[in-house]
Amino acid sequence: MALLLRNAHLVDPQVGLNEVADVLIRDGRIVEIGHDLDMPKGVERDLAGKTVVPGLVDMHVHLREPGFEQKGDIASETRAAAKGGYTAVCSMPNTKPVVDNAVAVEYVKARAAAVGKCRVHVSGACSQGLKGETLSEMGDMVAHGAVAFTDDGRGVQGAGMMRRVMDYASQFGRVVMSHCQDEDLVGEGQVNEGVASTRLGLLGWPAEGEELQIARDIALCRLTGCPLHVQHISTARGLDLVRAAKAEGLPVTCEATPHHLFLTEDAIGDDYNTSLKVNPPLRTAADAAALVEGVIDGTVDAIVTDHAPHTDFEKDREFELAPFGMIGLETALGLMVTNLVKPGRITWERLVELMSVAPREILRVEPVRIEPGSVADLTVIDPDVTWTVDVADFASKAKNSGFVGAELTGRATDVYVGGYATLEDGAIVE
Amino acid sequence: MGFNHKHLIDITEYSADDIMTILETAVRFREVNERRIKQVPTLKGFTVVNMFNEPSTRTRSSFEMAEKRLSANSLNFGGSSTSTVKGESLVDTVETLCSYKVDMIVVRDKHAGVPRKIADVSGVHVIDAGDGKHQHPTQALLDLYSIWQTKGDLDKLHVGVVGDIGHSRVCGSLIPALKIMGCEVTVIAPPTLLPARPDVLGADHWTSNLDEALPELDVVYMLRIQRERLEGAPYPSLREYNMLYGLTEAREPLMKPDAIVCHPGPINRGVELDSYMADHPERSVILDQVYAGILTRMAALYLLLGGSEDGIAA
Repeated sequence: MALLLRNAHLVDPQVGLNEVADVLIRDGRIVEIGHDLDMPKGVERDLAGKTVVPGLVDMHVHLREPGFEQKGDIASETRAAAKGGYTAVCSMPNTKPVVDNAVAVEYVKARAAAVGKCRVHVSGACSQGLKGETLSEMGDMVAHGAVAFTDDGRGVQGAGMMRRVMDYASQFGRVVMSHCQDEDLVGEGQVNEGVASTRLGLLGWPAEGEELQIARDIALCRLTGCPLHVQHISTARGLDLVRAAKAEGLPVTCEATPHHLFLTEDAIGDDYNTSLKVNPPLRTAADAAALVEGVIDGTVDAIVTDHAPHTDFEKDREFELAPFGMIGLETALGLMVTNLVKPGRITWERLVELMSVAPREILRVEPVRIEPGSVADLTVIDPDVTWTVDVADFASKAKNSGFVGAELTGRATDVYVGGYATLEDGAIVE
Repeated sequence: MGFNHKHLIDITEYSADDIMTILETAVRFREVNERRIKQVPTLKGFTVVNMFNEPSTRTRSSFEMAEKRLSANSLNFGGSSTSTVKGESLVDTVETLCSYKVDMIVVRDKHAGVPRKIADVSGVHVIDAGDGKHQHPTQALLDLYSIWQTKGDLDKLHVGVVGDIGHSRVCGSLIPALKIMGCEVTVIAPPTLLPARPDVLGADHWTSNLDEALPELDVVYMLRIQRERLEGAPYPSLREYNMLYGLTEAREPLMKPDAIVCHPGPINRGVELDSYMADHPERSVILDQVYAGILTRMAALYLLLGGSEDGIAA
């Protein structure tokens, strides 16, 4: 089966591509790039005015299956991924049961193969049951296809345990991804400590509760040599720690979410909107500005969503009782284009590095390039379309977005995974 | 008179004029409370639900007394004895209450933001009777009334608030209210009991040295040490707390001759106050505050619900 994408604006910094051309795809791989290509038989699409990039990857997603299917499941949330322009996601292990063994890895992979609308790279837990006490069977999980390790949702509390995790994981050449949260310092913190906690009368979640573990994990990276990826970084000083570690030459990377880039603690008003209750919390305007600078200067490697679906009834309650997290798969691309690409703060090439190239590198999965021989995982973007974020449009089971009502520019129209369309003209291909 | 509020949830939404209207209305209700028959038909036919989702005796009985003296029908709805224990959500509970066709919900809840949520869900009048560590606006009103009645004016008074500022819903309303009325506010607490940003509440100064602050104060507002709401002990012992932050007979010489002492109750005698200061005939207005609670709550109920003038005038 052949597919010819005509007149698309191709952007791929990996191969220095930024031009209008045709892409010919056969048997799931790119076979030719050029002008006025011919195809004797197959499907032809005219993508004039569209931008085509290597398929987007969100390396931080909660698919909720198994165990929390009321919030979301692999079918629904991979549809949300396709709708948002993603060709792959990395699933977090905090399901029920926890993905801390090979059987669970196989389950998620099998469900994704059966009902998924994008590739699912599975991350396994560092510790059994996410308890931070006993190492999980990382070797067996790697043998069954796990790509990375994390206790996401919690920080590994003990420094000795984290050292063991990183020491042990280093033999597999896999990254340890760290949710940085010192539980003794953070306690029951609900919102950023400072203006928001004082104004709202809620317990504070101090920036230092995150920065302490970032500093600790960088030190352990130096000690063990294990690659470290700092998840959902939210503070200016935390980012400075990562910047210094990179300057030192340590194998440290980090990710940021659109909500930490484009929302601040000031967004939480006296209506106590629980969609804005996220972990780590929305920080100050100065923190958000520093994160944007990090996105521009390369300190932030990857944009992720920390897509965290919850049911309406779990979120429609007292702020202190509502669970942390917001969904993000269907808004991330539009938010990045609207807030950073269109105003000229980053280039399309940088966007591709952040949302496509770096996540694959960090997860150590097969790269995707717009060149002959590469897997045909491609995202087609209408760079100029304007749209309004509307809960009725979400493919996700959940509606807990902090960006409902936002006016955005730029949206994925088509997504190809291994040459097959999962999204076509904005609609999921069933 | 220009009072145009549906709810009493966030004191910062009230102007100095709004607050003075409530205090002046409270003066009219004082007259009612000094009659032999202490009841007027002002809110006859209105139904007020007292939804107290955490234990409270003083505030709930004060509201209930105020409602009864205005002839409102009051229903006490205790969260701990009913629906929430059975797993019903707050929203479902409120919608159930609304099906009774009530006119107002007075709510006490241990979670911040609940009164606003109830207002949004129910559409009826809401009074916040204390939400988590956030606000307690009727407490602020009764405090202002007591201070105003004792000192004759509020403008330019220097008020010191001493104690657990960081976990206090009383402070969440009192400090902004004092600022609205033109007072200068100093908060005095061990660093472990200060909020992250006292300036956000409106405090002009903050210190951990009571002895240095005391000589400047016209009003010394002592907070209750709320042991039940403190995660991990923020001070080594009650003895040391009393030594550093207790308002005691030994500290009286540091006070202005006409400085008064307030406390929202209930008092921990021997901790934040000794009996000498708590019962001081000239300085302590603590029991006046309790009485002011009835008067200001009657005023708030009356103004929010727009009751009739029947029987208020002598």
